[in-house]
Amino acid sequence: MSMRRVLLFIPLVICIVLGFLFVKGLSLNPTELPSAKIGKPFPAFSLATIRNANEVLTEASLTGAVRLVNVWATWCPTCKQEHSFLNKLAQTEGVEIIGINYKDQRSKASQWLKRYRDPYIFNLYDEQGSLGLDLGVYGAPETYIVDAQAIIRYRHVGEVNARVWVDIKAKMQALGWSPKKS
Amino acid sequence: MIPELGQYSLILAMIMAAFLAVIPMVGASKGSLFLMSFAKPLAKSLFLFMLISIFCLAYAFATDDFSVKYVAGNSNSALPVYYKLSAVWGGHEGSLLLWVFILSGWIFAVAIKSDGLPTDIMARVLAVLGMVGVGFISFTLITSSPFERLLVNTPLEGADLNPLLQDIGLIIHPPLLYMGYVGFSVAFAFAIAALLSGKLDVAWSRWTRPWTNLAWAFLTIGITLGSWWAYYELGWGGWWFWDPVENASFMPWLMGTALVHSLAVTEKRGLFKSWTLLLAIFTFSLSLLGTFLVRSGVLTSVHSFAADPERGLFILVLLAITVGGSLLLYAIKAYDVKSESNFELLSRETLILINNVVLVIICSMVLIGTLYPLIIDALGGGKMSVGPPYFNLLFVPFSLLLAFFMGIGILLRWKKSSPRKLLKQLLPSFFLAIAVGISAAYLFNQELAFKATLALVLAFWVVFSLILDAFSKVSNKADKLVGLSKLSPSYWAMQIAHLGVVVTMVGVALVATYSEERDIRMVPGDIVTLAEYSFEFQGAEKISGPNYSADMGTIEVLKNNQFFATMHPEKRFYPARGSMMTEADINAGLFADVFVALGEPLADGAWAVRLQYKPFMRWVWFGGVLMMFAGMLTVFDRRYKIRKSALPVTA
Repeated sequence: MSMRRVLLFIPLVICIVLGFLFVKGLSLNPTELPSAKIGKPFPAFSLATIRNANEVLTEASLTGAVRLVNVWATWCPTCKQEHSFLNKLAQTEGVEIIGINYKDQRSKASQWLKRYRDPYIFNLYDEQGSLGLDLGVYGAPETYIVDAQAIIRYRHVGEVNARVWVDIKAKMQALGWSPKKS
Repeated sequence: MIPELGQYSLILAMIMAAFLAVIPMVGASKGSLFLMSFAKPLAKSLFLFMLISIFCLAYAFATDDFSVKYVAGNSNSALPVYYKLSAVWGGHEGSLLLWVFILSGWIFAVAIKSDGLPTDIMARVLAVLGMVGVGFISFTLITSSPFERLLVNTPLEGADLNPLLQDIGLIIHPPLLYMGYVGFSVAFAFAIAALLSGKLDVAWSRWTRPWTNLAWAFLTIGITLGSWWAYYELGWGGWWFWDPVENASFMPWLMGTALVHSLAVTEKRGLFKSWTLLLAIFTFSLSLLGTFLVRSGVLTSVHSFAADPERGLFILVLLAITVGGSLLLYAIKAYDVKSESNFELLSRETLILINNVVLVIICSMVLIGTLYPLIIDALGGGKMSVGPPYFNLLFVPFSLLLAFFMGIGILLRWKKSSPRKLLKQLLPSFFLAIAVGISAAYLFNQELAFKATLALVLAFWVVFSLILDAFSKVSNKADKLVGLSKLSPSYWAMQIAHLGVVVTMVGVALVATYSEERDIRMVPGDIVTLAEYSFEFQGAEKISGPNYSADMGTIEVLKNNQFFATMHPEKRFYPARGSMMTEADINAGLFADVFVALGEPLADGAWAVRLQYKPFMRWVWFGGVLMMFAGMLTVFDRRYKIRKSALPVTA
């Protein structure tokens, strides 16, 4: 084989190497942002709930069980898409979900929960987004796994759906949570 | 009903593309004129069905048919009708449909303009384009149909078009950009046809060049518009971010620029043949790569679409087949494509080779920088990305080098040039460029900045070469002006395109060096001075638009203590999506832009305000416009009017 023949294969080789890189790249998720908060206690807060403006809760309300904390808002279209799945999780799997209603209006949020059903055990009303800021929220929706000691174990950016749930469920079970027997 | 008709037409288009990919190709390899004669009717019907399909989607938008999922996700009944129509390409599914529609448009254009092509070449070119069509229409149909319905729970109101996209720039930017991306598929198809037939002669280059130049012109203006849009719409006054998506459009442009030059050598001198073929394959591959990067979610970017790994995998497979297949074909067949003449060291060929090498180096660096986060992540190194400093550090010196060689290359002749004559032309212009460049830089700003001064010197260097070359073209003519007016459109296109590069270079150098900006808190009555402008903030008031409400600030600007302008930047709130948008107010001028934007409201009627002075900003885009114009002009060269070939095709 002449040198020129060999040289002509170089572009193909480069392309194959890049191809492998992309295959690998597809299985990685750039939106899976490594959160500096993972492994740290849930940030301190003191916020009223959606159902009752006089009911003020603190981070102590998070301890006691492995739960999901879901950041949502009525202005966020993906949250609406996600909502029915959260309802399903709460009902059929018995997942305890705490909502953080992020930069929203209480009246709109209550209406939403009436209209689309309420999967949350309670909702914190984070009107100013201050808890969101402490959590490092990137955008709604975001979902965190918080263990019984109120330590953040995992963060998912974007919609929770059946595909994402498989992963989250496994992580929650590893922390000692078990789904409701139906 | 109409959305189903759209889906149905898309399926028919898919079938046409599949026939187009197979029948003429078989015909060309068997030498069957009958089978090859199917190419044109199939190409035309492919276009017709795509036209119906995209029209149906536009109709669904115009009539607020929110039972169509894509319409519900990207439109709103309060949206003005022109945004409803441009919302057709406001999301992943619709923009993909636009991509395929434009592809079918190019296929149609090739089909009706190919009368002079030998039948077997025409059949192969259209068949290759048909294959690309099959790939992308099936991608649309299988993973991303815009016609999907929401028949249960039909929303009463749509989620609205992303406010960032509610803008004139975004109405025309994607179609033009896609015209460029997809247009390179024609050069690609010609390259594959040449490899398959083993024929690559002067005629081949003459057919390929106008298509390539046209695609390049569209891509140029597409990128220019994108930069202009980012400048005034993203609201912080940047005009190039080295964002993955910007890079995705810039890489095919760099490679396409190399291709345009290399094709010139192939046409005029029968040289660089296999190199030209490789560049044609690479240019289109990079266009596809851009599509992959934007839509697969392997990289994050300000304007990437909803990431979906399944779609990513599909495009990756498409990419593997197209690029892998064509490079394999290249590896096997390019050996037989041999160049037929030679050239001396001091010749235009050498300089174009340098141009190509530098462009390919720049392109590779942009590619590496863009893929770096992916490479590091794949190797287990965590999340990391390289920012503008990396790109600027490498891009600036290489583009200045390119400008230096441009000044020489323009004056050189094909095959060989006389060193003495060249020196006689270049030496005076070299010293003159240094003198004029430095004086111009000094006049502009007494503190000479090295890079900006060098850019100005090189700008004059190129301009002098352009003038010298034009005059040497008519040196033996009695009336110089008549001689100049008789030069071919291609020649003027060459002049204008290089002038465009110079204009952009001057703009980039000056705006990057001498821009001034302040982010400050202003209460009504505050005055801030920037360069020779002073800004008085006079407060902000509430206003409301068709589908938003806004705070509008009023800022009075004085230039050298004379009234200059009253500016009204806005901060808009779009309730349908709950999103905030910054609408900057820009006073554009030939030599400077004044830019004001509102940040956040602060206590006591104060606002965070961003003020910017950007000298020569318009030049960056004006150069792009010149380059586009030049690319379009070449198409009118009489040389490319294909005559009916006298030679019948022999099987």
